Amino acid sequence: MTDSQTPSGAGAATDEAPVTATAAANAPSAQATGGRSFLPKSTLLRHLLVLVVCAVGAVILLESTSPFRNSQFATLSYYAIAAGGLTLLTGLNGQISLGHGALMAVGAYTTALMLDVERGEDPLPLPLILLLAALAATVVGAIVGVAAARLHGPYLAGATLALAVGLPGLAIYFHDTFGGEQGMTVRAPRAPEWFTSFIDTVSGNPASGTKWLAYVGVVCLLITYFFLANLVRSRIGRTWRAVRDQDVAAELAGINLGTWRVLAFTVSACAAGLAGGVLAIVVRLAAPSGFTLVLSLSLLTAIVLGGLGSLLGALLGSALLVFLPPFVTDLGTEWGLNSTEAAQLAPFVYGVVLVAAMLFAPAGFVGTIRMRWLTMRAKRAMAASAGSTSRG
Amino acid sequence: MNVTLTGLTEGMVYAAFALALVLIWRSTRIVNFAQGSMAAATAFIALSLIQNGQSYWVALIVALASGFVLGAVVERVVIRPVEGGPELNAVIVTLGLFVAIQALIAIIWGSSFESFPAPFGLEGFQVGDSRIAFTPNSVFVIGAVVVTMALLIALFRFTRVGLAMRASAFGQEVARLLGVKVGRMLTLGWALAAVVGSLAGLLIAGGEFVYPAYMDSLIVFGFVAAVLGGLDSPVGAIVGGLILGLALSYVSGYVERGSALVNVSALVILMVVLLVRPGGLFASSVARRA
Amino acid sequence: MSLFAAATVVSSVAACGGGDDDSGGGGGGGGANEASDIGITEDSIKLGAHYPLTGVAAPGYSEIPLGVDAYFDYVNENGGVYDRQIDYIYRDDAYNPTNTSQVVNQLVLEDEVFAIVGGLGTPTHSAVLDFLNSEGVPDLFVSSGSLLWGDDPETNPYTFGWQTDYMSEGKIIGQYIAEEFPDAKVGLFLQDDDFGEDGEAGVREYIDDQIVAAVRYTPGNTNVGPQIAELQASGADFVVGFNVPSYTALSQLTALQLGYDPQWFYSNVGSDTELVGRLLANFSQGAVGDASVLDGMLTTDYLPTVDAPDDPWVQKFQEIWESNGDGSDLTNYKLYGMSMAYTTIQALQAAGQNPTRDDLVEAIETVGAEWEGPLLAPFRYSEDSHMGTGGMSISRLVGTTAEEVRPVMITDIGDAEIEEWDGEETAPPENGIPDEPAFNE
Repeated sequence: MTDSQTPSGAGAATDEAPVTATAAANAPSAQATGGRSFLPKSTLLRHLLVLVVCAVGAVILLESTSPFRNSQFATLSYYAIAAGGLTLLTGLNGQISLGHGALMAVGAYTTALMLDVERGEDPLPLPLILLLAALAATVVGAIVGVAAARLHGPYLAGATLALAVGLPGLAIYFHDTFGGEQGMTVRAPRAPEWFTSFIDTVSGNPASGTKWLAYVGVVCLLITYFFLANLVRSRIGRTWRAVRDQDVAAELAGINLGTWRVLAFTVSACAAGLAGGVLAIVVRLAAPSGFTLVLSLSLLTAIVLGGLGSLLGALLGSALLVFLPPFVTDLGTEWGLNSTEAAQLAPFVYGVVLVAAMLFAPAGFVGTIRMRWLTMRAKRAMAASAGSTSRG
Repeated sequence: MNVTLTGLTEGMVYAAFALALVLIWRSTRIVNFAQGSMAAATAFIALSLIQNGQSYWVALIVALASGFVLGAVVERVVIRPVEGGPELNAVIVTLGLFVAIQALIAIIWGSSFESFPAPFGLEGFQVGDSRIAFTPNSVFVIGAVVVTMALLIALFRFTRVGLAMRASAFGQEVARLLGVKVGRMLTLGWALAAVVGSLAGLLIAGGEFVYPAYMDSLIVFGFVAAVLGGLDSPVGAIVGGLILGLALSYVSGYVERGSALVNVSALVILMVVLLVRPGGLFASSVARRA
Repeated sequence: MSLFAAATVVSSVAACGGGDDDSGGGGGGGGANEASDIGITEDSIKLGAHYPLTGVAAPGYSEIPLGVDAYFDYVNENGGVYDRQIDYIYRDDAYNPTNTSQVVNQLVLEDEVFAIVGGLGTPTHSAVLDFLNSEGVPDLFVSSGSLLWGDDPETNPYTFGWQTDYMSEGKIIGQYIAEEFPDAKVGLFLQDDDFGEDGEAGVREYIDDQIVAAVRYTPGNTNVGPQIAELQASGADFVVGFNVPSYTALSQLTALQLGYDPQWFYSNVGSDTELVGRLLANFSQGAVGDASVLDGMLTTDYLPTVDAPDDPWVQKFQEIWESNGDGSDLTNYKLYGMSMAYTTIQALQAAGQNPTRDDLVEAIETVGAEWEGPLLAPFRYSEDSHMGTGGMSISRLVGTTAEEVRPVMITDIGDAEIEEWDGEETAPPENGIPDEPAFNE
């Protein structure tokens, strides 16, 4: 049962991928193909179309997979939201951050505080809470961004590393407000009635709490990626790339480097805050031990493995984070290891995969595929031209 | 008084670890996140020897030697291919190593607490009618770090190999033209850094407990100390380590419930320093521009 | 599907007829085994758990499931529970609540376990408390002494505590100090979370005026020099520690360094003398000598420990560990796991031959308070309370063995009185497997 689901689940995840690819792509090649296809010319319209297709795909995906896969997609969605923001910062604007886990913590604690109401009272509507979570992280991100804009390379890495380790400590110090080490339990909002009837019409599956959370996550993911994809293609995105690649030229052209760097940090912090909000309701807890350095490093890993600067890459990298460890553990158990040995195997394989991926596919998943494709096309073009010249 | 002394000893260990990071940064422009796991691995090798009846000093030497080999192998096998590539790729490789080595330690030695003996006494010196938080072992820790730093400075200043290493770090092409075997120098840089890291690992383990993840907090504080001092400067690493060790000890000792604030204060200190001097306290040059 | 079910029922009836004698469950018998709820088939029961098997919290805690596994293995060899084999799956959460939520989702939704037993940790388990209760999954014997698991069964009807909660423990310690050391100046060495907080609250109920200092450490920060120095400066001559074992050793080493020598009283969690002694003993070159630093230390117990090799329960578990363990030494962590597994078997037997998840909960509420087992005092289970055992004895470490200085006292949270427990010491059943009747017969 479980075995047969693993490949189908993984397959489904990649099925969805190519669709998002168009939305996510910031490569010139995608622009070229976009131009001659039947898709609308306007970027916004094209992205809207892709969004609708993705939304339909997501519903099909969530309705055709088991509740456990649903819960994994919920997990995937918060990783991917944060990774999407980070890939924009690191890939597009060239700033490294080891501290996005801390920004997620800001979003998560905001959500936890907002949902922490007296029994009988109604909390604010969920979309508003998530918006506030994103906003809180945006504010913190802007402050950090101002400091970060002055720093380069390892100094920025060091500062954000200290952020990742330091900020959750505040939750322990102010334990009356934030619940200390034990954290704040989040009473996940129950599914509204319209959702139950929606699921009933679409698939007839029971609309469990897990499913509701998966939908919340996926909807947030789609909205975030829609905004980010448009941002990447806008004048702002182009300016960020200019700041990354040609900072001197950009400065000469009248671009204030600092302002743009702060803006990039702020936008990615906003995504991290939303991811934190989703995390809080999916995990149902905001606790310091959930926002260790490991989280920040995982996000970085996801975007580099997937392909730096690509939203699709961020999504695929996040999928690896979510699906690889349980897969390895189950494999280990099948090989006759006991649970403890299998559990120890998972981080080992994960580490080795990271190293191997960087050695053999340094451009990440998306980058490598894209390169292969371009080389193949170039070769074919050469062969074709060679053929025509010899004939001529 | 006691708070200062514990801070001093703690700071020296941060300093040693920061020194290892600085060495690697100087030679290959890579921040080695795997440093902690590599050090932990050598500490476990030493522990196995000690548990089999070898003396502390034999174990120490074997551990440092295995650190040297480990550093060289790591550089040759997995770092060389990503050198000169995108900065982030090297970071991810060292992160991967960090996770993999730590998992390997757990697989080989199991994940339980083990005590690691200290070479010298753990009872504080008697001053007047009270004991102070300064033990023979603290003297050893501080002495070992100071000697290591002196040796490294001597190596870089006064020997041919040191000169060649510095040359390879600052200008690979020029060094190559001058007949320096750059590749070999980079490997040597990593190997030496791993030895220093391993020393830091053994020093912090002495008189405490080891388990596969025991170096985790040291990676963070070591890195913060290195950045604080300016990544290029060995002296900066030592000063950064001491500042951090003392400051964290004061926060923990004199602030109500300060233990919870230790990590936050590391952040605050680093931020303040970097805002004033974006290249760290001992930055040797202004930020490079394209 | 129905065809398949019918076929297996027949085969299990046959199996039942043959093996009824050595069936673990008492009473019952006769009827056929059915797949009465999720995770239960005619011949198996699936149970799940989450533990930190990797990462910073793995040392020590990762040994608990080994004990649980060995005991279940032993029960399975002896016929299982109502002829059902126990299928025990434990997964790694690395002590990170985010991971706990993922692995418990996997256990409940993919592995489809009947119940979760012995999930470890306060922040980690908090993350799944709401999920398990809203899905109606029995959440038994959480490995943590937080009050969360038992004091509000109305909100969390499926969750049960097991070990003595930290507040009751604090009260028992506080009363002991008030009566036996009325002139002591007491310092508290506390972990900065609910563990330290609940413990402190309990202790203060009795000796608030005797306390001269309370210091807190944050787990992960290994420099406790400032905290111990503060205790020393305050003039405390009696230190009560609510801390984990590694910090017992750290505090001892630091105290040695500073020449600080108060009377130490470590709460149960931190007083794993076997572990701490082993840690300290290895510092022989560092002049600590032997485990003598621990000599005279006071501690509380709710379970027999490996320091008491003559205890019949320890002997029984030792025997089982030797036959079904992985060949390593028996430790207190493994002993804890085996004792918890013992209670789990009692609960499964009491739930009846073909239990639903709700039967299991009802069984514990109805008859759980009567179970006898390795724990020194009975559980407090009822419809109104899901708190685990409320009793502890106090002992002093003399050499390498523990001497009881105060018999088992029982109490409850809040302002409940402390009373001496008048029950008798229990002995393990001949074969080491409980034999509880079904609660509804």
